[in-house]
Amino acid sequence: MAVVFEKPKALADVSTHYCPGCTHGIIHRLVAEVIDEMGIEGDTIGVCPVGCSVMAYNYFNCDMIEAPHGRAPAVATGAKRAMPDKYVFTYQGDGDLAAIGTAETVHSATRGENIVIIFVNNTTYGMTGGQMAPTTLPGQVTQTTPYGRNTETQGYPIRVCEMLATLDGVALAQRVAVDSVPHIREAKKAIRKAFENQKNKRGFSIVEVLSTCPTNWGLTPIESLTRLREDCIPYYPLGVYKDITAEEVVK
Amino acid sequence: MERNLMKGNEALAEAAIRAGCKCFFGYPITPQTELSAYMAKRMEKAGGVFLQAESEIAAINMVLGAAATGVRAMTSSSSPGISLKSEGISYIAGSDLPCVIINVQRGGPGLGGIQPSQADYWQATKALGHGDFHLLVYAPASVQEMINMLTKAFDLADEYRMPAMILADGLLGQMMEPVTFPEIKANVVEKPWATNGHQFKRKHNIVNSLYLQPDGLQKTVQDRFVRYEDIKKKHSEAELYKTEDADIVVVAYGATARVAKSAVNKAREAGIKAGLIRPMTLWPFPEKQIVEGTKAASDVLVVEMSMGQMVDDVKLSLECSKPVHFFGRTGGVIPKPTEIFDEIIKIGGAK
Amino acid sequence: MAKMEVNFEKCKGCGLCTTSCPKNIVVMQKEKRNKKGYFTAECIDMSACIGCAMCAMMCPDCAITVEK
Repeated sequence: MAVVFEKPKALADVSTHYCPGCTHGIIHRLVAEVIDEMGIEGDTIGVCPVGCSVMAYNYFNCDMIEAPHGRAPAVATGAKRAMPDKYVFTYQGDGDLAAIGTAETVHSATRGENIVIIFVNNTTYGMTGGQMAPTTLPGQVTQTTPYGRNTETQGYPIRVCEMLATLDGVALAQRVAVDSVPHIREAKKAIRKAFENQKNKRGFSIVEVLSTCPTNWGLTPIESLTRLREDCIPYYPLGVYKDITAEEVVK
Repeated sequence: MERNLMKGNEALAEAAIRAGCKCFFGYPITPQTELSAYMAKRMEKAGGVFLQAESEIAAINMVLGAAATGVRAMTSSSSPGISLKSEGISYIAGSDLPCVIINVQRGGPGLGGIQPSQADYWQATKALGHGDFHLLVYAPASVQEMINMLTKAFDLADEYRMPAMILADGLLGQMMEPVTFPEIKANVVEKPWATNGHQFKRKHNIVNSLYLQPDGLQKTVQDRFVRYEDIKKKHSEAELYKTEDADIVVVAYGATARVAKSAVNKAREAGIKAGLIRPMTLWPFPEKQIVEGTKAASDVLVVEMSMGQMVDDVKLSLECSKPVHFFGRTGGVIPKPTEIFDEIIKIGGAK
Repeated sequence: MAKMEVNFEKCKGCGLCTTSCPKNIVVMQKEKRNKKGYFTAECIDMSACIGCAMCAMMCPDCAITVEK
């Protein structure tokens, strides 16, 4: 018998601090699998956010930098400009990327910064205990929207991929989910495409991954997958919002 | 050696390139704008990176990213912009990364003004961001000194793995003076901690300022302070001018020190034994030089373009052993030699 | 002939693997807790395992190895 599935080498052999059923672990693994398959661990620099994945530097075996809250795209820009031959990726949550780091996100995108952004959207601030995020759905109960997000006073969620797809510097903007095996396969393909874009110097690639937060959603891990499917995906439709390689094919 | 007439801001930029600065990340702000403009023209031709960031916050974080990979990186700004950079500077210090930050000071608080000021002394030496940490702070008083200090700032930042600042002001930034660029020795510091891709030749490196175990954080901070003590011992600098027999010693730094020197000369002509101490490093503060240079003095006069900030450090250095007077101008007003001379007379006349 | 193996100490007992098995042979056992205090996943009929690795793909903790 041959091993058909095991932990990727780019992922450290440690138990993560993530809560049981938190799909951060799946997304970490997909990134690590892509790094393994492309054979680029020795040439990759990862940038962690502030949030639940702040300690991802302990989980990825490539070189890692821990950025201030929201600043990962700027840190990645600095690293990539200094070392243009290395692969640079950020791994950021929704609070980090779409609230405090909005300027860094938009401007690294519009500059066409040749980096990969893995954007984990679980519609809440997980690390601090489940407050309203820029991506919290209308009506969603969080610690700071105890009666549900009221769009009249708290505004509307940001659809990051749709927004970034309008920018010329973006090579890939794709939204995926990790609620099921077919979606996980799709997610991995998207992450691979993002890293291939960096290899081919195509510019900014963002893969938004819809993820769960069983602890702060107050649901079991399995119920969380159901919520992801029934509530999140309809509001944040999966799909490719921009892909310049597809445009190349059409031309 | 070739002599050029150069503006302070442009000299800083050229000196950085010659010191091996590979990445410059800027954001426009008066009165340091010429520095960015010069970098935009020269940096790429010199094989480096120039990037105008979307904000001062982004610029300092780009410095963080570049410095983490082991290259020499720099940013420049003026007072309000430095406030925005303080978050990143704290993270850079907490991650033990070397870099150079230039502050061409203007009047504050808030938007303040665009004229020269020294009101960011406290910020630079005591409070550039949250947490227990220091920056090396150099205070040049001429365009030539800007060049010399910038080179030294990069070297010491690398050696001690910490951020260094050139605390200039709008006067020096805008001033044109003849300068020569010294030959730079290739000062290659090994950076085994850099996150530049492990190539499967070493364990992965992590650049980080997070320590969830209190003991671990305490040890990291304490280790950093051991390095700070070493810097205090070896690298504080000051110029002592006519202090040996001085009854009244003026203490001033940067552009203000030049004005103060004229006043001291004027006082000497009038038969008053005046002297000048010019701190060249503000952190570490030249405490010993202050004590040494005021041995003969009965009074000390601190002159700043602020309401009085460095005066605190002079008092601490002297431990209340003699009266420390203060004269300051603020909001972009530059003190005149005659004003300082009058202060010297006032203090001397009181005896 | 295929085999899935759950790393007893790594498993956090979330149960996500049980949602994806096409043969419905991955279940959460209720008898033995690991050091972290979780009841872990297990395969109740290894002879039915087809080695598709869908359980492992759903696992957030890389706790499942599959051989075929």
